[in-house]
Amino acid sequence: MLVAFSCNGLSLDSPFDSRFGRCPYFLVYDTEQDTYAIIDNHENTNAEHGAGIATASRLSSEKVNVVVTGHTGPKATQALKSAGIAVYTCEAPTCKKALELFQEGALLKQ
Amino acid sequence: MKIAIASGKGGTGKTLVSVNLAVTNSKETLLLDCDVEEPNDRVFFDELSQSHTRRVSIKIPRIDNSVCISCKACVNACQFNALAMLADRVMIFDELCHACGACAYVCPPGAISWIDKPIGTITGWAGSSVNLIQGQMDVGISMPVPLIRELKKEALYSHETVILDSPPGTSCPMVWTVLGCDAALLVTEPTPFGLHDLQLAVDTIRTMGMPFGVVINKDGIGDDQVDSYCNQEHIPIMGRIGYDLMIAKTYARGKIIVEQLEQYRAIFSSIWDNIERLVGTKGTSHG
Repeated sequence: MLVAFSCNGLSLDSPFDSRFGRCPYFLVYDTEQDTYAIIDNHENTNAEHGAGIATASRLSSEKVNVVVTGHTGPKATQALKSAGIAVYTCEAPTCKKALELFQEGALLKQ
Repeated sequence: MKIAIASGKGGTGKTLVSVNLAVTNSKETLLLDCDVEEPNDRVFFDELSQSHTRRVSIKIPRIDNSVCISCKACVNACQFNALAMLADRVMIFDELCHACGACAYVCPPGAISWIDKPIGTITGWAGSSVNLIQGQMDVGISMPVPLIRELKKEALYSHETVILDSPPGTSCPMVWTVLGCDAALLVTEPTPFGLHDLQLAVDTIRTMGMPFGVVINKDGIGDDQVDSYCNQEHIPIMGRIGYDLMIAKTYARGKIIVEQLEQYRAIFSSIWDNIERLVGTKGTSHG
């Protein structure tokens, strides 16, 4: 399963970012392999409209199954639902902490 | 002659200037209220009778999923993120669509057709010397430009003097209002905020390459920074409307200033003369 965390850096120690569509990076964690990859989302950070939709579309094309983020707007929520991507909301200082909370089952599904 | 009345900042007096210039100038005038999010020029004219009304729609795409090959060409063509590929299906977000048609143009199998989406209403009123046409967006519509473009078509074959009351700001709705006009009048107030937004408006107008001038409203408040800026940039100041409580009271009652406060007729007449000189329809003879 691929779990995407909205983050503001390139590693597990990077700050967790509560934004979804305009978040600069996603850390995509592979729960089977215990490895991760980084998606650069800068092309959507400054989008005039529809950043959340474009970001959802990108994550869908990367075959992401779950998103862990702070908040998703109405259009992003609709797009993620259509893509069959589950959304968990989280407040955490780092991606590592967000991952721990997710693995403990401590996060709420939207 | 087509004159756009614009500003950077909202609330500087675009409508005040538009309405009073429409009444002041001696020619048949068509006033276009392009502030389609909240048109209010109508409020100032009691004796107009409605001449026509029509609904305006835009064409937005629908995709035939039995024809779509999920190639993503439409998603990549859309500059507004109105289309997204989600789980191998294209999803359309109607409220982001600018109805540009790029998606259908690039679609290899021709899977895209159009439906009409109503966005607003255009209404016209006729009077003895001023005719008024306004656009008004429907509740829930967030994109004024298609309605403004349609509204401007009303003036295409008009031989009258046309005054376009622009929406505030310097983004697309203002640009589409001002585009194609013979000159623009930028209404500002002599405050730091007024100056800041005036500079944005000047930068925008200059890229469009048309003559323009400034009207200073609420003259007497604030400071002289707008004057200094206009001098430095060689921007003509077309007129000054003083800060006067009687103007505010008259305006708030929905009355036209030049009809209620005789002393202002000369000021608006002189602004109009300056506009005619700016666009060259009036001789520049001395005296």
